[in-house]
Amino acid sequence: MATLKPEKIIELEEIARSLRVDSLRLIHNRGAGHPGGALSAAEIMAVLYFHVLRLDPADPHQEGRDHFILSKGHASALLYAALARRGFFALSELDNWGEVDCPHQGHPDRFKTPGVDMTSGLLGHGVALGTGLALAARLKQQGSRTYVLLGDGECQGGIVWEGAMAAAKYRLDNLVAIVDANDVQLDGPVHEVMPLEPLAGKWAACGWHVTEVNGHNVRQVAEALDLAAQVHDRPSVLIAHTTKGRGVSFMENQSYWHGNVPNAGQLAQALHELGEVTHG
Amino acid sequence: MAEISMREAYGRALAAYGGVNPRVLALDVDTSASTLSSYFAGQFPGRFFNIGIAEPCMVDVAAGLALGGFIPFINGFASILSLRALEQIRTCVCYARTNVKIAASYAGLSDFKDGATHYSISDLANLRALPEMTVIVPADAAETADWVPIVAEYDGPVYLRISRAGALPVHQAGTPLHLGKGRTLRAGGDLTLVAMGAMVGRCAEAAEQLAARGISARLLEMHTLKPLDRDLLLQAAEETGALVTAEEHNIIGGLGSAVSEVLAEGSPKPLERVGIRDRFCPTGRDLDTLMDACGLSVAEVVAAAQRVLQRK
Repeated sequence: MATLKPEKIIELEEIARSLRVDSLRLIHNRGAGHPGGALSAAEIMAVLYFHVLRLDPADPHQEGRDHFILSKGHASALLYAALARRGFFALSELDNWGEVDCPHQGHPDRFKTPGVDMTSGLLGHGVALGTGLALAARLKQQGSRTYVLLGDGECQGGIVWEGAMAAAKYRLDNLVAIVDANDVQLDGPVHEVMPLEPLAGKWAACGWHVTEVNGHNVRQVAEALDLAAQVHDRPSVLIAHTTKGRGVSFMENQSYWHGNVPNAGQLAQALHELGEVTHG
Repeated sequence: MAEISMREAYGRALAAYGGVNPRVLALDVDTSASTLSSYFAGQFPGRFFNIGIAEPCMVDVAAGLALGGFIPFINGFASILSLRALEQIRTCVCYARTNVKIAASYAGLSDFKDGATHYSISDLANLRALPEMTVIVPADAAETADWVPIVAEYDGPVYLRISRAGALPVHQAGTPLHLGKGRTLRAGGDLTLVAMGAMVGRCAEAAEQLAARGISARLLEMHTLKPLDRDLLLQAAEETGALVTAEEHNIIGGLGSAVSEVLAEGSPKPLERVGIRDRFCPTGRDLDTLMDACGLSVAEVVAAAQRVLQRK
């Protein structure tokens, strides 16, 4: 496992910053979306799309590619931003996001947005879907790997653990789950709404290789994902400890910003805090 | 003659087709000894996945396998698949249009010993209302077997409803079947019996009894509940002027409802519906007696035919 070069770290950090900026602009322009959980997963998505995933934007359905499932489909703005910056389509395609004639849906739709491997939106499906994709890759004797990003609140649903057991049964070392553990859900702190701890212990008890990282440290995320590729005979999970609304002072750790939209003034302040130089 | 059960016919047919098409996989939820996906599992252990008692998970795993280019047949009890796993079917199979085949066994009242928890009398209503879903209800064992290759080769989600039991035989093995095209099993001009599943054989018997009373009943087998063969139905409505539907399902949401919708828009004619009259049914000692007790007897069909003729 090669250590990431400092310039790669800087590049990934800048991409994460840009993804935050894009996500907030998209959500503001649409007048709908989920900023908190987009901001918390920006480094994870930057590392996935610009370090880990083997994809060809010119051939989104390329056989043998890696797969990604955004199980927490609410973070669609972040996914669209990542796909656009990776070259799957122009971000300007989302200028009319939210209008009925915009192909890109509120939540990811695999037929409407190039690069979206699986439709999502309702929580809970990613791990079991990823289990099927990883099994398929094994049956085809392909080196393709499958990555699933889910939320910590999502882990309150039983089907996550049904999928976790199935992936462990079939020893799917080509499957990686990443939990965006920001400890905030719609109604409040995850640890109050329905406690998950010990979350790492739950995954370990299901037979998964567990790594805990600071989800805003791109080096930690990247190195943990590189390490997961070397785990044999069992799936891996990264519990990425994050801050909901990360990077925008008034959004951080606030459940209000799970699904509310910044107005023009709030957007301007957010972009300023994110170091975005605005014009005029 | 010893007619095999629909599940037996399905299990054998799936195992046989597995040898033809290497893309076909099977999944089950600890019911392979009941659904008889066990035959496939025995022959192709590397292509069979037992997910444990977790139907929603099985649906999503199958959707993932389909995304990977395979043709997964998921096996389980119709009642659980169509209720507990309905959201997974809606989102990850229908909306995401994954090529998953749902082999829904123990359908209708066929699990007569286990009772209302296990009966599946609302599955057709649920599945029919999902965009992208094709719904097939075979009439007997031979027909069940003949559907397996067709279902596998059709590109898209299919719900194949399979009885635990056998049914009065109506299908000659190898007779061509076409998705979305109903079949006229008996000509007749006074009224039309429209049936699916185990009620097809019962309606054939009812048509005989009606004939003995001088009533000429046409019999349509609507094996494809969705998409429904609208043309065949409207032609029968125009030509016979009265219809009776018969289904091993609640009268709400199934064949009777689907036929009513077509007639109301296209050719309003008197219609009587034979089915389970919106209630939970008891356990029984055998399926035939139970079906008779739940309003699905041949005599019920005959009586409905006589009622509808008075409304012509």
